[in-house]
Amino acid sequence: MADTFSGGIHPPEEKRYSSDAPIETLPAPEVAFIPLSQHIGAPAQPTVKKGDRVLMGQTIGEPAGFVSAAIHSSVSGKVKDVALHMHPVTGKPEPTVIIENDGLDERAEELTAHGESWQVVEPDEIRKIAANAGIVGMGGATFPTHVKLSPPKGKIIDTVLLNGAECEPYLTADHRLMLEFPDDIVRGHLLIGKTLGAGRLGICIEKNKPDAIEVLQKRVEGTGIKVHPLAVKYPQGAEKQMIVAVTGREVPSGGLPFDCGCYVQNVGTAKALYDAVSKGVPLIERVVTVSGPILKEPANLMVRVGTRYSELIEACGGAIEDIYKIISGGPMMGLAQFSDEVPVTKGTSGVLLFGAEDVEVRPELACINCAKCVDICPAFLMPTRIAQCAEYENVEMAEKFGALDCIECGSCAFICPSDRKLLHYIRRAKALVRAEIARRSQS
Amino acid sequence: MPENKLIVSSSPHVRSGVATPAIMWNVVLALLPAWIVGIYYFGPRAIWLTLIGIVAAAATEAIIQKIRKVPVTAMDGSAVITGMLVAFNVPPGVPWWMVVIGSAVGIAIGKQVFGGLGHNPLNPALVGRAFLMASWPVQMTTEWILPRGGSLSGATGLDAVTGATPLTVLKLARSTILDPASSIEQVESATASVQAIYAAWPQQLIGNIGGCIGEISAIAILLGGIYLIIRGFCDWRTPITYIAGVALLGWIFGGESGFFTGHALFQIFTGGLFLGAFFMATDMVTTPITKKGRWIFGIGCAVLTVFIRRWGGYPEGVSYSILIMNIFTPIIDRHTKPRIFGTKKAGQ
Repeated sequence: MADTFSGGIHPPEEKRYSSDAPIETLPAPEVAFIPLSQHIGAPAQPTVKKGDRVLMGQTIGEPAGFVSAAIHSSVSGKVKDVALHMHPVTGKPEPTVIIENDGLDERAEELTAHGESWQVVEPDEIRKIAANAGIVGMGGATFPTHVKLSPPKGKIIDTVLLNGAECEPYLTADHRLMLEFPDDIVRGHLLIGKTLGAGRLGICIEKNKPDAIEVLQKRVEGTGIKVHPLAVKYPQGAEKQMIVAVTGREVPSGGLPFDCGCYVQNVGTAKALYDAVSKGVPLIERVVTVSGPILKEPANLMVRVGTRYSELIEACGGAIEDIYKIISGGPMMGLAQFSDEVPVTKGTSGVLLFGAEDVEVRPELACINCAKCVDICPAFLMPTRIAQCAEYENVEMAEKFGALDCIECGSCAFICPSDRKLLHYIRRAKALVRAEIARRSQS
Repeated sequence: MPENKLIVSSSPHVRSGVATPAIMWNVVLALLPAWIVGIYYFGPRAIWLTLIGIVAAAATEAIIQKIRKVPVTAMDGSAVITGMLVAFNVPPGVPWWMVVIGSAVGIAIGKQVFGGLGHNPLNPALVGRAFLMASWPVQMTTEWILPRGGSLSGATGLDAVTGATPLTVLKLARSTILDPASSIEQVESATASVQAIYAAWPQQLIGNIGGCIGEISAIAILLGGIYLIIRGFCDWRTPITYIAGVALLGWIFGGESGFFTGHALFQIFTGGLFLGAFFMATDMVTTPITKKGRWIFGIGCAVLTVFIRRWGGYPEGVSYSILIMNIFTPIIDRHTKPRIFGTKKAGQ
């Protein structure tokens, strides 16, 4: 089988800033800002109020519906307020539990620690633990894991892939996690495989992390898991591109991985699941790569959820120049922030700082039909055409050109020599098409 | 922290370093070997005619953009390419003002009336050349200059008889050979001249022949073309299919006395094929954006070129072939859309 997908780009990797920095634990924040929405789906309902004392790991938000996730306190202390606070994903103030840390790290024992008997926990119990521990996809999509572990009846999943590709430039959090917690990842993988009854387990890692490949190849011996070294190419870590690289199967247009018998989960999520099952620890901390050309001391930090970006930046020595952009996640798909007051959430894989030079944009020129975007689109679309549909608000054509099949990897906008904001236009096209489909289904 | 400086824009937050003007200037760079060979064989005329073409094209672009009140982008390289290609596509003996008119028409009618770079359906340089061919057909087909130390056809001892470029020699000889009224001596003489120009293909390869300023040396053009392909500024599919197609179809149909009498190397090394295949049939703006479309474009150009050379009124058909295929570009794109990821593969 090939070790990659068709299309894709080679952005500068920029991982050298932090790839050799071991994971350091950032001291818990004095005040934790824990958003009630850290996942795709309905925001959690708060179960605490101002003045309550909470323990570390205590549930402070209950899932509101099936596609939702529990939220836990990452510190012990007193609830200062349940109020609106700037959110890194929505870009606006969202309901947030603000907790004053008493520094005691007194733990709530809500989950059972199965310890060495993690292997005998039954699938239904694993799903329940995933739900109770508030586990969501930690690669950035933050889809609730217990939902993903419960595929619709009739969908048979035979392949579970762990995503350790980390194809985004700068990010090294998953790389460090694989080097430092390989056993936890492998065990989490086995738990997922068991829950889904899948026979084929694979860990996918880009070849620019030979040390991680080597470590995991040793640790998977005797487990039946296979390590798949994949070509270094963006977006290798995109679910559909990873599946096709390893299995040759294409997730059908409009479908999900289980439509072709596959399941993909980030390596960090696998570790979180293992931690929840074995140690009874909910998802309250994660590894975040703090990096960027203007950060003084790039690092990989183990951070409590609810720690503000400003504290991460400060812990890394601050910026050496004026900060012009703060990105949550990687530079290809990450979100630019309005403020450094936003907190780390379950899906925060990186915090990147860009200076004046890094944010310079060249003026947008006319499309010269160079077809670079067509040549590299990993979804085999014609990005420039969809963008033109958006500019002229031709919804019908945008739909015909497959706007909704865009995975928003940003490769087209990266490669465009005329600096056209192709992905921006395509997002607009997608919104128009979705609105049109909704209108059609109503009438 | 100075929060007011934070820029919030949508992803991606990084861009590749290659910009459109850089692509254009690389094309200019890739045209230099062909220019140098032209200067070597035709002398200083080839320098200043080309410079006149460049200045005329850039000036026309700037003036029209001023009138249109849009940003002046005359130095983005694209007008320079047009000017160069117009000059490269005229016989070296034409008066200088023809180059000016060709460049000006190419930019004005071929490009700016449609809205400038990226919006023109036809290759501007070829529009300029077509205008010159229609307006001054005699100059455009007779103002040849002997290459330094060589002959127009590449073969020795023929120019005195014909005074024509290789493809014209072939065209004239073919009509003599195929004409039942020709005497045996005439046929023999025509056949001998065809054999002589066929045998001269090495001269045609290096460019020691008569022709337009920039088209004579297949090898110099190839050098520039390979550079563009390696740098990713030109897709190999079109030039390969175009040239291979002309070799094959030229062998089948392009001969002097019937099917399968053509000379493949002669067909590809003479005329404007290499210049057209590497620098005009690959013009991004006016050619298909799909890979499949580029195959079709190259094959279409090859078919038209061979048919014009064999049955058309002109000895050479490269420029009209490309112009005609330019017109088909939108429809080719429409019917060669890539299969979207996750939709059925053909045959499933």
